[in-house]
Amino acid sequence: MGKLAGQQREQHRILIPALIVILALMSVASVATGAVKIDVSSLPGILFGSGQASARDGVIVWSVRLPRTFLAVLVGASLAASGAVLQGLFRNPLADPGLVGVSSGSVLAAVATIVLGQNYFGEIATRLLPVTAFIGGLLTTILLYTIATRDGRTYTATMLLGGIAIGAITMALTGVLIFMSTEQQLREFTFWSLGSLAGATWAKTASVSLFMLFALCLWSILARGLDRLALGEAEAGHMGVNVQILKRAAIVATALLTGAAVSVSGAIGFIGLVVPHLLRLVMSPRHRFLIPAAALLGAILLLAADMVARTIVAPAELPIGIVTACLGGPVFLWMLLTNVRRIET
Amino acid sequence: MQMRNAAVLKLSRRHTLLGSLALLGGLSKASLAGTITDAGKASVSATAPKRIVTIGSAITEIVFALGEKSNVVAIDLTSMGVAGAQGLTNVGYMRALSTEGVLSQAPDLICVSSDSGPPAVLDALRASGVPFALIPHAPTIEGIKVKVTLLGTLLDKAAEAEKLSADIDVAFAKLAEKIATVKQRPKVLFVLSLADNRIMAGGHTTAADTMITLAGGVNIATSFAGYKPISAETILETPPDAVVMMNNGENSHETGEVFANTAFVGSPAAKSGALFKMDGSYLLGFGPHTAEAATELARKLHPDLPL
Repeated sequence: MGKLAGQQREQHRILIPALIVILALMSVASVATGAVKIDVSSLPGILFGSGQASARDGVIVWSVRLPRTFLAVLVGASLAASGAVLQGLFRNPLADPGLVGVSSGSVLAAVATIVLGQNYFGEIATRLLPVTAFIGGLLTTILLYTIATRDGRTYTATMLLGGIAIGAITMALTGVLIFMSTEQQLREFTFWSLGSLAGATWAKTASVSLFMLFALCLWSILARGLDRLALGEAEAGHMGVNVQILKRAAIVATALLTGAAVSVSGAIGFIGLVVPHLLRLVMSPRHRFLIPAAALLGAILLLAADMVARTIVAPAELPIGIVTACLGGPVFLWMLLTNVRRIET
Repeated sequence: MQMRNAAVLKLSRRHTLLGSLALLGGLSKASLAGTITDAGKASVSATAPKRIVTIGSAITEIVFALGEKSNVVAIDLTSMGVAGAQGLTNVGYMRALSTEGVLSQAPDLICVSSDSGPPAVLDALRASGVPFALIPHAPTIEGIKVKVTLLGTLLDKAAEAEKLSADIDVAFAKLAEKIATVKQRPKVLFVLSLADNRIMAGGHTTAADTMITLAGGVNIATSFAGYKPISAETILETPPDAVVMMNNGENSHETGEVFANTAFVGSPAAKSGALFKMDGSYLLGFGPHTAEAATELARKLHPDLPL
């Protein structure tokens, strides 16, 4: 135990710099690959404006690939870091960003926007989808939080179960709306729910990065509290942690961040659940290291998934949710099978 | 709509006039194509495009019919069944387009049916600087002619478009004339899918509903709009004389299999085996061949009518 734990504790010293290097390389690769053949050697010219790049290549790099690469990094990091925080908060390995109600609320708001919005407000509704999905996610979280809070104390078990109940209700309402939808609206919703970074713009990237910065600052303060929470709520309280404030801050930050991520990229599953697990298998579970490492690995994985999504069937494109599940599912299963003993102890 | 088209036509004539003047003056060598106002209310113009990308089977068919087939380099998945489209690059499903995928074809004109998506990709394509025309889609005869007129103006094929439009009018008029003599209109149900024996039917305001009406039938699924699951009881209450389905891919069902469904038990359609299957985009695409498709459906629904 001692030797293994000691090794694990030091892993982050190598792991985090390694992840940073991989992320940097992946980002360059992401800008360099795509359906349009652009020579890597001409990239500096396009990026820094010195070479004789064609106008089309300029458009591809500046308004398609760069915002998309940044968005993939931000969304991947947001989902994975949110997952790490929630698993710590709920002390439950199955917790993922969907649990605080964000995803189900966003999905309901998205389908309502597509179906009802288009009937009553026309095409403009489609443009508002990111905003309504964000608001929908936030409202569900507030509702769930209110349900689970009695006399100034938030009960995590109630929140977990309440999340399931609210998920069932939103799913039923989503079903009603799907029944009301036209063929075209149904397809629009299907593709939204499979997730895609195809609509990346600089505006979206900028809005998500604001939430990301806010959440990262908040989490660096929360990290120690989350570590102590692992010992139990009462124990953490004895160690001087204000458990209620910790819960509130963690839930609000996750809801904001996941809501922002879902609103710009649709529902991308899997990353939030799996990335923290993968990391806990190889490194210290201390949140100070786990949260940044999860953000980095989440970004790397989503970037890789997006590169596959937009090149494998080029010039067409796969929904990224399919790729994350196809790549992540088997990897996760393999990690589980090779580490059964360690997980169970 | 009609008024806007008239304005568009007038505008294009002025452009052609300007073009001829420029040619007379020896100022311009390239022939000037027209300018249109598209479904996104944007002004779009193209100059003798050589690399066109068409999205939507009706758009592809019309562009081909206007004699621009040799200038089309890529199409979408729904256009793959269009005659002559084989061998062209497929940029994917029309509602899940990729900005870079479309631009990778180095297009000099992108013609997109307005029911394509996702909206963010359409925005990005419009912002890319490549001429981008969003062609309005409506499952009506008028809708087809709007597409033809807009594409004809845009591709500088106004004369061909006028002829195509006139042909479409004639074909529909001929069909309507015959249909007017029909006394007993058969009750028809369009079945979109039959997965797990649940019937998805075409209600009102669907392309299927319009086609049934054009072919001289009466759609029995009129209590709802769009394509929805319909209860067996509704069908048993108004038993159809004929069932129409698409014959592509997994939607293909054998006649026996379809009529084995309880909903059709004892219906005139089941008794006479009246299951009519037609190609999906031919039947529902609302392109230049829709009059033919409607006539073909009418022939099936009214075997005694000389069509």
